[in-house]
Amino acid sequence: MTATPILAVDDLRVGFATEGGLLQAVDGVRFRLQPGEVLAIVGESGSGKSVTAQTIMGLTRSKNARIEGSVRFEGEELVEASDATLRRLRGDRIAMVFQDPMTSFNPVQRIGRQIAEAMEAHRGDLAKGEARARAIELFEAVGIPEAERRVDDYPHEFSGGMRQRAMIAMALALEPEVLIADEPTTALDVTIQAQILRLLEDLNRERGLATILITHDLGVVAEVADRVLVMYAGKVVEQGTLEEIFYDPQHPYTWGLLGSLTRLDRPRPKRLPQISGAPPSLLDLPQGCAFRPRCPHEFDKCPQVPGLEGRLAEAAEHRYRCWLTPAEKRAKRQVAGQIGLEAPAP
Amino acid sequence: MSEPLLQVTDLVKHFPIKRGILIDREVDQVRAVDGISFSIEPGQTLGLVGESGSGKSTACRAVLQLIKPSSGSVRFEGQEIAGCSRRQMRPLRREMQMIFQDPYASLNPRKRVGQIVGDPLKRQRVASGGELRKRVQELLERVGLASEHYNRFPHEFSGGQRQRIGIARALALRPKLVIADEPVSALDVSIQAQIINLLDDLQDEFGLTYLFVAHDIGVVRHIADRIAVMNKGEIVEEGEADQVCENPRHDYTKKLLSAVPVPDPREARERAAKS
Repeated sequence: MTATPILAVDDLRVGFATEGGLLQAVDGVRFRLQPGEVLAIVGESGSGKSVTAQTIMGLTRSKNARIEGSVRFEGEELVEASDATLRRLRGDRIAMVFQDPMTSFNPVQRIGRQIAEAMEAHRGDLAKGEARARAIELFEAVGIPEAERRVDDYPHEFSGGMRQRAMIAMALALEPEVLIADEPTTALDVTIQAQILRLLEDLNRERGLATILITHDLGVVAEVADRVLVMYAGKVVEQGTLEEIFYDPQHPYTWGLLGSLTRLDRPRPKRLPQISGAPPSLLDLPQGCAFRPRCPHEFDKCPQVPGLEGRLAEAAEHRYRCWLTPAEKRAKRQVAGQIGLEAPAP
Repeated sequence: MSEPLLQVTDLVKHFPIKRGILIDREVDQVRAVDGISFSIEPGQTLGLVGESGSGKSTACRAVLQLIKPSSGSVRFEGQEIAGCSRRQMRPLRREMQMIFQDPYASLNPRKRVGQIVGDPLKRQRVASGGELRKRVQELLERVGLASEHYNRFPHEFSGGQRQRIGIARALALRPKLVIADEPVSALDVSIQAQIINLLDDLQDEFGLTYLFVAHDIGVVRHIADRIAVMNKGEIVEEGEADQVCENPRHDYTKKLLSAVPVPDPREARERAAKS
């Protein structure tokens, strides 16, 4: 990977002052995003994946937030940037699609108008009617039928899937270089999810859009991502290419995520392999590896924080935080013939 | 074959579409549930699958008489309950309970967990005082929470834990039939497995019968003995769970199956290349 990344995140730390103390939501995240690439950030609720995305967009700035580290977009530092700089970039160069298409639109304004408004704000010289024409084009591009008529609809007249398409259309309005999609399909039916994923893939291929896809579902990741970051309690616990994460996962948490997926293409097990317990409170993290209390393979080294390290020179970007040796991992990650965290209870 | 616990025959629920200023005229009907029939044997699980708008939630509500069916029959242990009054339904409510989709919206935020789970016991005059508290704490432990959670409020819990509270409440009266309407679709995938396994264990322990509703056929296959596929108010296919997933006959079932993501990049690529 020698190409210049469009987005470079280094040692990003985001903490929030709360009544219970400093809550470290993101703790030292580093990654590079190349043009035309889909990077998936995977984790459970509270893993810091959404806060990472929102911080890139400058949406976590507030009096009680402490943001450290560096986010560079085409070499320009965003963490220290002025609000005016961020406003110039947001929507225009970096756009975001949110999880809930029901609450992300203004309910009392026509959808086409909302899309046009964003264009007018960034392109003051846009001729009258041009923004509307562009909104219709965008609707067609994302597969909304009868685009000409539907730009004048209100959000409530759209179904969930159509609203998510409209939101993607809005994000694409100014032809951004980076699209951040935060759980874009979680609120949708599986059939609609498949269509939206296909759409994101096409956009990525045809326009060379660099995409960050945030999700808790590795099934979605398998369909579209090039590279994957797995996050747990604010830290990246494993990162690698799609192939490395699915076929040679090195962190027990990744095994757990892979194992708990329901698979239609396999005979169904008596019990679904699960990750027991719940993610820890960020105000009261266990000492050392944060996954330790849920990990069946815990041993005496785990109370020390493992570094994010690789094993092979030829796959230097496949890194993970775990003290187990590669041989131990190979022996332990196979459960009932597939990757999983622990043998299903009898 | 034993007698089914629940037998639904030609169940219909149409909602009128009305127009007019002074006099409402019925101009059309939404055929939310349009003549569905199915039955569930005691101790079995029927999975009901379909997209949003297919009528599956309306079907659940009509079965439980939470909304009045337009026509058709619902027999519970052989007894007709379609058209029963609220008063007639009350003793039967103990026997049939519901688990809802959204654990953030279905728990009263101003009540403590103990009150939420204990309320059905109090209303049906099953237990009170110290006995009530003891039973609620046992239930909390049974669903994987701690008895100390008794005095907490719902906002102190994660999504998965809230769904456990909802399950404890549904089980408080030891029902025979539990209708679960999308009980895991609002949860993280890793937590979904926990809840599905919990429902499975509880079924074995209490001899429960489930009607399990979801839009994701992959999830339904894991818990269901039989699967009914619903589209536009009708059941288009019904059969053994593995049979329906491996040899689907109806085009709509095939469409649902092909939409489930394949969590295997190589196979996903092959499949994408084919289509």
